[in-house]
Amino acid sequence: MKAIPAAAPTLVVDGVSVSFRRSGTLIHAVHDVSFFVRPGETLALVGESGSGKSVTNLAIMQLTPPAPRTLVKGRALLTCKDGVTRDLIAASGEQIRAIRGNEIAMIFQEPMTSLNPVLTIGDQIAEAIVLHRRVSKRQALRDAAELVSLVGIPDAAKRLSNYPHHLSGGMRQRVVIAMAISCQPRVVVADEPTTALDVTVQAQILELLKNLQRQTGMAIIFITHNLGVVAEVADRVMVMYGGRLVEEGDALPLFEKPLMPYTAALLNSVPRMDMAGRRDVVLDAIRGSVPDPSHLPPGCAFHPRCNFFVAGRCDATQPPLEEAREGRRVRCLRWREI
Amino acid sequence: MSKRTDILTVSDLRKHFSIGSALFGGRATVKAVDGVSFSMARGEVLGLVGETGSGKSTVARTILRLSQPTSGKIVFDGVDITALSRSALKPFRRKMQMVFQDPFSSLNPRMTVDDLLTAPLKIHGLALGRDERRKRIAALLELVGLSPRHAVRFPHEFSGGQRQRIGIARALAVQPDFLVADEPVSALDVSIQAQVLKLLLEIRERIGLSILFIAHDLAVVGYICDRVAVMYLGRIVEIAPTANFFRAPCHPYTEALFSAAPVADPKVKRNRIVLSGDIPSPLAPPSGCSFRTRCRYAKPECAVSAPPLREVSPGHFKACIRDDLSLQTWDGETTSS
Repeated sequence: MKAIPAAAPTLVVDGVSVSFRRSGTLIHAVHDVSFFVRPGETLALVGESGSGKSVTNLAIMQLTPPAPRTLVKGRALLTCKDGVTRDLIAASGEQIRAIRGNEIAMIFQEPMTSLNPVLTIGDQIAEAIVLHRRVSKRQALRDAAELVSLVGIPDAAKRLSNYPHHLSGGMRQRVVIAMAISCQPRVVVADEPTTALDVTVQAQILELLKNLQRQTGMAIIFITHNLGVVAEVADRVMVMYGGRLVEEGDALPLFEKPLMPYTAALLNSVPRMDMAGRRDVVLDAIRGSVPDPSHLPPGCAFHPRCNFFVAGRCDATQPPLEEAREGRRVRCLRWREI
Repeated sequence: MSKRTDILTVSDLRKHFSIGSALFGGRATVKAVDGVSFSMARGEVLGLVGETGSGKSTVARTILRLSQPTSGKIVFDGVDITALSRSALKPFRRKMQMVFQDPFSSLNPRMTVDDLLTAPLKIHGLALGRDERRKRIAALLELVGLSPRHAVRFPHEFSGGQRQRIGIARALAVQPDFLVADEPVSALDVSIQAQVLKLLLEIRERIGLSILFIAHDLAVVGYICDRVAVMYLGRIVEIAPTANFFRAPCHPYTEALFSAAPVADPKVKRNRIVLSGDIPSPLAPPSGCSFRTRCRYAKPECAVSAPPLREVSPGHFKACIRDDLSLQTWDGETTSS
């Protein structure tokens, strides 16, 4: 674990809420989420399906369906390369297009669907470079070749004329990463970037991201449900459940002593290598299932599945997000007692 | 390796696919499964791990005779089923069932749970009377942790975890002896995976089912399996009892898999052995040991011939010619093989 630089945050997300309009009713997918990332830092965003982890980041980049189908509230302040701080959520269409891919970039889960199958690798990487850096196509292709070899694809010059289907899943994800870093963005949002890959390839990609981060000082927001990957990459961790931030803290203390029962239960429900071959160890499965954002339980959204649930308290009031100590936030009525 | 109590014995199983056309550039052969032998005891859970393209799903499909083996022998419950005709195979089909990875695409959206669970009973002539059938389905749903009143619902009314329970109930409807579970928890949310794993273990305890469990997550395999087999390019490279496998892995590929597997504990520090490149194309596998192109311990001798599986300690087999290695296990400890 590297020391966290105490530099000023690159991105400050302040009170972001996202609601979708579905057949006349509003579905609140994300409630009042605030967080920040510093340069060179990896923030892991952990949650299960429907927790709002992906929607939060899509909303920050204005990639959710436009109003009135989606309502986005709050601010996302990004300190850009020119030193000016801009609110991504309030930015106009033209402004956000100049920022996306340039100042903040995204890596998606499935590299086959995030690449255009009818364009060559070179054209796709060069497109962003031409758009944001205003260089010639020829120069952009030269830069693309450099990027392709930087992300560890052998025989770069030849690869530029390949189409995505010529490459393996791991190689495609490297191409997506090359595109993401092509303009040296301040922040990269990686949404489950290794979930579709084999473990050996996953290890390569995680290593690559770490190296690139060391070289460029970019901040990474790493969205995942895999706690093993979180333990490998994260400096800080944010846990989301039912559209709310439920716990946040530095990776080591959070894994060692989670304060929110959901975080603890999640950690206990994952089989660990040291349980291998031991029939006496029983996993603590979390009962019930992940709530549907359109039908969130009242009070704390986790209460129907929680072992520490107290009737009349947990199902009556929405617990506030409290600062347990410096840099450690938790949303639970009972965190002091349990 | 075969004992009387074995439910399944597979010997030298091969499945080759020819691809391409003779008109355009000629045909080529993919050796998806290339000489796999193992046996499974009654009530045993055997884990099959490996990367995409290692042939683990093809092994399972070939054992179930969903795909015809090119050569080799499959003995199920004492009977050689390798060449049985469709009709002769039918009683065995009842005894061997499968649970699929994706609970969203493996259940017909237009059938109710009752229809889904009745279909296999009808196919195998176990349809019974209406009351009897209703009782059977209620018992099945309870076995997998659902309620009998769920029988009238459609798949879309269930969550992913519940759907996977329905998939398991469907497989168990005809009272099989042997179950193939192909990545049954990979598509599920983390908090739901544990429920399904516990369910599979419970069912095994209760009805003595043998399970061939295909997965890529080593921790999951360690939790649920009695023995683990690792496949690489169509061959088993290591097979061992679970505790032994995790304590003292013997094959360099297993070591690399362990070092790549993320551990949900930031305190575990290991030397990451990053395998370069991808798994080689099965169209042109390397000569000799197929792992040698990515192996950091490879010697010139490794290219000579494919190493056979050898027993290194009771029940622990490996396909590697080197006995002088100290390999790292999942937590960074080293063991000498």
